[in-house]
Amino acid sequence: MTRANWEVVIGLETHAQLSTQSKIFSGASVAFGAEPNTQACAVDLGLPGVLPVPNRAAVERAIRFGLAVGAHIAPVSIFARKNYFYPDLPKGYQISQMEIPVVQGGSLRIQTKAGEKIVNLTRAHLEEDAGKSLHEDFQGQSGIDLNRAGTPLLEIVTEPEMRSSEEAVAYARALHALVRWIEICDGNMQEGSFRCDANVSVRPLGQKEFGTRCEIKNLNSFRFLERAIEFEIKRQIELIEDGGQVVQETRLFDPDRDETRSMRSKEDAHDYRYFPDPDLPPLCISEEWIAEVASGMPELPKSRRQRYVNELGLREYDADLLTATREAGEYFEALRAAANGVDAKLCANWVNGELSAAINRAGLELADAKVNPTQLAALLVRLADGTISGKIAKELFEIMWSEGGEADALIESRGLRQISDTGALEGVLKELIAKHPDQVEEYRGGKDKVFGFFVGQAMKATQGKANPAQLNALLKALLLGG
Amino acid sequence: MRFTEEDVRRVARLSRLALEPKEIEGFQQDLSQILDLAQKLQAIDTTNVEPLAHPGSSSVFLRADLVTETDQREAFQAVAPEVDRGLYLVPRVVE
Repeated sequence: MTRANWEVVIGLETHAQLSTQSKIFSGASVAFGAEPNTQACAVDLGLPGVLPVPNRAAVERAIRFGLAVGAHIAPVSIFARKNYFYPDLPKGYQISQMEIPVVQGGSLRIQTKAGEKIVNLTRAHLEEDAGKSLHEDFQGQSGIDLNRAGTPLLEIVTEPEMRSSEEAVAYARALHALVRWIEICDGNMQEGSFRCDANVSVRPLGQKEFGTRCEIKNLNSFRFLERAIEFEIKRQIELIEDGGQVVQETRLFDPDRDETRSMRSKEDAHDYRYFPDPDLPPLCISEEWIAEVASGMPELPKSRRQRYVNELGLREYDADLLTATREAGEYFEALRAAANGVDAKLCANWVNGELSAAINRAGLELADAKVNPTQLAALLVRLADGTISGKIAKELFEIMWSEGGEADALIESRGLRQISDTGALEGVLKELIAKHPDQVEEYRGGKDKVFGFFVGQAMKATQGKANPAQLNALLKALLLGG
Repeated sequence: MRFTEEDVRRVARLSRLALEPKEIEGFQQDLSQILDLAQKLQAIDTTNVEPLAHPGSSSVFLRADLVTETDQREAFQAVAPEVDRGLYLVPRVVE
């Protein structure tokens, strides 16, 4: 297989479960993990005589998303019926949006090793989820749980603009971070709150027309998304190079075997016979409503990142990390607010350095960090005003992380205060110089490296508490002045 | 426009309708007439006409996001053909 001669084309469709209390068209609860069918009401069951009534909060979340990706929010959009037969869809149709979706266009910025890229969105539309079919344990029968039926989803569709599994994963991660950032979806992939379908095709380099695509369904982790796409690319290239043809079909990824498999023949499956749902008049969204939602939006990752670079002078790398998740940004903001007067770069270094290393070591989430922003702020204030040295600050952080406690109290009780008393430091240095006449000679003879030796010895003698700047200045004077 | 026998069978299959062979001819005629009517409508020039999904101009009513339904599983399942451990049972479906 000669991958280099082929171009990969990927588009993603992502289903984000909207973080509402009740369903999109009924007042049944959407709480996860309830006993089967205890949260499936007459509307969800498709019983005769019921009518769907849309949930305002689901629409509001679609507006938030549209604003966050710079999309057009349709003043009028239409709910449509997507018709197919399956036991976990009791009405015989899914209420979705077809010709006129609520969110149109928009884009998302992604970051890969190759740099920055903008992925354009085609649309995002509101729809209801189906129920669940369980095939095991029921001899010759399937069990149907309709608790999930009617759960509000936002299906977010990209243009076929991604060119590698790396880009697809970067997009999925950016989208995942965004929907959580604007609090429209909890992003829980194990529970199926955020799942991706990948449309994958390949074409010879330079060819304009797209190749025939396959759709890989229900990828519920970033790793599976990457592996499924990689397998599918290889499968399609090998198939074509062996003289075969890709058949347009839906495929399922099997993580145990690390392969995709054909799911169903598409003979009739794509004939969904969409038509406007006569039960639901047009969904109208006023300018006023959009403005109201906009006023309640948090600062978005993109503009926050720009602010960090332009106004706070952070490196792009640090700004990226601090805006990768809402939690990181919130921690940093809280730290800045509490660490009055401490340089923003120092704060960023600590969040992305010591703090993030400690979190990774402990396998925790930022929300569970054992040193909260106020505590870290107190530490950084003491570091910035010279009370403690950088080295001691790291030690102090370790103590606070493993044993708890507040910076100021620990500095006093453990005697961590940096020696800034010139007299005391001078004494230590003079003693050192007297003890190492050979090294003093070497230094005076032009061997600058020996300076580091004295710094190390002085730090050792003061248990790291010497003020580094002061130490350097004094040491230089003493060595040269002899 | 003429609906073929195969067209009727296909629509019936999509709708999960079991047709007797002798019924097909009748449906061919009925459906062809409906298509003829649609074709007549399509002859009208609608260049400057806004597409209309619904008659009337009102917006759909939106409800507040509140859980208002209680668990009525027992009542619903009383009329189901078969249930087991809270699940509705149907003939096995596997893809």
